[in-house]
Amino acid sequence: MDSDSKAEAIKRAKVLMVGAGGIGCELLKTLALSGFQEVHIIDMDTIEVSNLNRQFLFRQSHVGQSKAKVARDAVLKFVPQIKITPYHANVKDPDFNVEFFKQFNVVLNGLDNLDARRHVNRLCLAAEVPLVESGTTGFLGQVTVHIKGRTECYECQPKPTPKTYPVCTITSTPSKFIHCVVWAKDLLFAKLFGDKNQENDLFVPSNNASDSVKPTDNIIERGSDEDPEQYSRKIYDYVFGYNIQAALANEETWKNRSQPKPTFLRDVLPEKDILHNGILESNCLTDDLSLSVMPFLGMSNPQEVWNLAENSRVFLKALQLFLEKREKDIGNLTFDKDDQLAVEFVTAAANIRASSFGIPLHSLFDAKGIAGNIVHAVATTNAIIAGLIVIEAIKVLQADFQNCRMTYCLEHPSRKMLLMPVEPYEANKSCYVCSETPLLLVVNTRTSTLRDVVEKIIKNKLGMNLPMVMQGTTLIYEVGDDLEEDAVANYALNLDKILADLPAPVTSGTILTVEDFRQELKCHLNIKHRDDFDEEKEPDGMVLLGWTDRAISNGQSTSTDHQVAVGSTESEGIKVATEVSGMKRELNNSKTPQDVEDDNDEDDDLVLLDNHSETNKKQRLH
Amino acid sequence: MDREELTAQETALYDRQIRVWGVDAQKRLSKASILVSGLNGTSIEFCKNIVLAGVGDLTVMDDRLVTEDTLQANFLIPRDSDAYGGRSLSEVCCESLRDFNPMVRVSAEKGDLSQSEMEFFDKFDAIVVSCCSLNAKVAINEKCRKRAKRIAFYAIECRDACGEIFVDLQNYTYAQKRSDGTVERHLSYPSLEEAISTPWRNLPRKMSKLYFALRVIERFELSEGRTPGKLSSSDFPSILKLRKELCDAQSLNESHVPEKLFERILHAGSKLHPPICAILGGILGQEVIKAISGKGDPLKNFFYFDTADGKGVIEDIS
Repeated sequence: MDSDSKAEAIKRAKVLMVGAGGIGCELLKTLALSGFQEVHIIDMDTIEVSNLNRQFLFRQSHVGQSKAKVARDAVLKFVPQIKITPYHANVKDPDFNVEFFKQFNVVLNGLDNLDARRHVNRLCLAAEVPLVESGTTGFLGQVTVHIKGRTECYECQPKPTPKTYPVCTITSTPSKFIHCVVWAKDLLFAKLFGDKNQENDLFVPSNNASDSVKPTDNIIERGSDEDPEQYSRKIYDYVFGYNIQAALANEETWKNRSQPKPTFLRDVLPEKDILHNGILESNCLTDDLSLSVMPFLGMSNPQEVWNLAENSRVFLKALQLFLEKREKDIGNLTFDKDDQLAVEFVTAAANIRASSFGIPLHSLFDAKGIAGNIVHAVATTNAIIAGLIVIEAIKVLQADFQNCRMTYCLEHPSRKMLLMPVEPYEANKSCYVCSETPLLLVVNTRTSTLRDVVEKIIKNKLGMNLPMVMQGTTLIYEVGDDLEEDAVANYALNLDKILADLPAPVTSGTILTVEDFRQELKCHLNIKHRDDFDEEKEPDGMVLLGWTDRAISNGQSTSTDHQVAVGSTESEGIKVATEVSGMKRELNNSKTPQDVEDDNDEDDDLVLLDNHSETNKKQRLH
Repeated sequence: MDREELTAQETALYDRQIRVWGVDAQKRLSKASILVSGLNGTSIEFCKNIVLAGVGDLTVMDDRLVTEDTLQANFLIPRDSDAYGGRSLSEVCCESLRDFNPMVRVSAEKGDLSQSEMEFFDKFDAIVVSCCSLNAKVAINEKCRKRAKRIAFYAIECRDACGEIFVDLQNYTYAQKRSDGTVERHLSYPSLEEAISTPWRNLPRKMSKLYFALRVIERFELSEGRTPGKLSSSDFPSILKLRKELCDAQSLNESHVPEKLFERILHAGSKLHPPICAILGGILGQEVIKAISGKGDPLKNFFYFDTADGKGVIEDIS
């Protein structure tokens, strides 16, 4: 009987879940209720309060504990006979190698970042285990199935990589609020409170800097007789006043742009405000992360948009509070969205800068979302997606591959459908991950170093964690625990060498082979030399070009060898969506929170593929 | 609890969803009162979702005792017969639901909603019914429509690997956000009775067949006095007979409602499929949230999902 064989397949299955968050909780619950008997679940995160609106297996009392472990305990209460093995670990750990993956009949992803997804995709390909991928953001969601040899792999279609901005936009010519946030977080906050040894572009000398206003890092150093209030006022005037004045001196920049207004404290806050030396009462909060300026200033609504004066007060007080109450943190802080004082500081700083540049101000709530790369999320979408995942998983287990499909959960119905099934796509024959097509790397081989290529391309774009680089039979670089000392030294030397000066010189026409042993991924890079790169459009100083657009492979003509780039629309150095025979390939370039750099969010992100377009006729499987 | 601003606790807990629907919508949710009559795998998914969303209060009604049978697809009932033995579904589920969100008042109400006093209905902004006979559904829907305050009505049912949601918002006005500005939209929903009285031959050809199949099954359960959802394969011949009768009465060819569909549904009997419960319960959750918050386009007026084709379809039957 059909249902018996289905029940059998479910009973015998060994399933791996990666992620025990929004999708994970719903998924584990549904798997357990559906009769699955053995589930392994990997999640490196611990539970936070903001998870509780949807990760319903967790309670307030669980905050701080391992998601994987607590999820398991919760499910055992209503399905006591299921065997769940939790791993409080990073799926990229060496323990989770190809052998580990091989023991499973299917892998179900409930991840929140592209990096981990690509890693799992490669391991599933290497282990030849089907993968069901998924993602949600707000009311949108999707489920896709990836079976080696039958469908495309997760990376067959380029996914938008986290959006980054050209340095000059951040340091000199912001035009959107998000540029101000990035400035406030990655430059100002980092400069004031972060690692002093880190490179920081906060004080970028303008091209024709007048000698009288020289940017100097000494401003940041606090004199022994400088009290926090004096210091904070000094910093304010420097970064919002003098720095902008200096930038204005460079007329070229402002030829076609509206000029920013330098903002000095004396023009924003009345004297008595500034001179007010409120003795900071110690908050009864002992928790650094809850230390907050807002109550001091009578503010309670994070949704309120503060005016310039209010932002300025917040800025000054927050900076003072850091100095007075959290001195020990200064020098090793990174921005944390759950650090209230940091969020207040960054909000205020971003707003004051925005005000200078005529950009609309935003509330703390909005600024926090941007700075923290917060993905909005609700329980219902996750529940729906989890149900769809289990449906596909069951088909996979019965080897019913003919009926596997991708499903999109829409916010607005399309042709009466809120849940839209789509046939899976054939593998992209030119995918560098699941088929071995070479990529093209355009780089200045006479000025770029091996390190540049390893960091910007091999690790960042190709997503390899432990790469090995070879030219023909010569090993130029590798990473590993078992290497000999002199080999390690040799590789270190190579990293700093110019490409053309390597022991096996890398020049136009060279082919580099890069491999990640653990992901069992090998890839060839054809090198092409180019002298110049556009600073704004190609800030990396090199360009990686990938496989041919699907439209081409489906018989459409192409006039040049224009190829679709790996990666997103405006990320560093990567060519934007390509025009092939007049047809633009649409990648996910919407202006939603997804665009913001999305590392290690504790929530599930959505990676929308452009599958709705009828013009991109792709090869369907059946 | 009548306060204007959300508390710090609420802001922290609901942060991620406030980023979806905004503070005003969250406030409206926190004042809403929901009733769910009939607890099974599907309606409890809805209960979970609505509690997590942060409604003001949720009342559940289902006097049936917890038994082995009712445990299926139910994640609210701890598998400890000492804990659930001799107690009603509403009592036990209520306890677990409270855990999901301490800020929501969850309570169990005894009795049969179709027999309840009219005044009882007035407490609620939305009523969801499941495991319900056709007559009961219609009666409850009528009562909702007779009250001075509008009470949103929803019916949800899952059979085998498919399911149906019915929505009645009576006369519903809301602000629809479009790329070119905000537009006031006005929707007029038929009652359940009106909707299912629509002549079949007036309905679009390409419509979801599930609609028809479920109407036949509904009638059958009613006329045979059967507990909803407890049919079996042995009923197949009788069902087909009824199908013919109804189709003839509607001047519709009976092949319009495929045999295979009935086969599947009857074969499944009372067995629920958890993934379907999750999907339907999720869609319903979204709908109720939209209606309460006044944000988003509510669906009108039937929703179907079937694993066979994987489509989640809205049908407008009025």
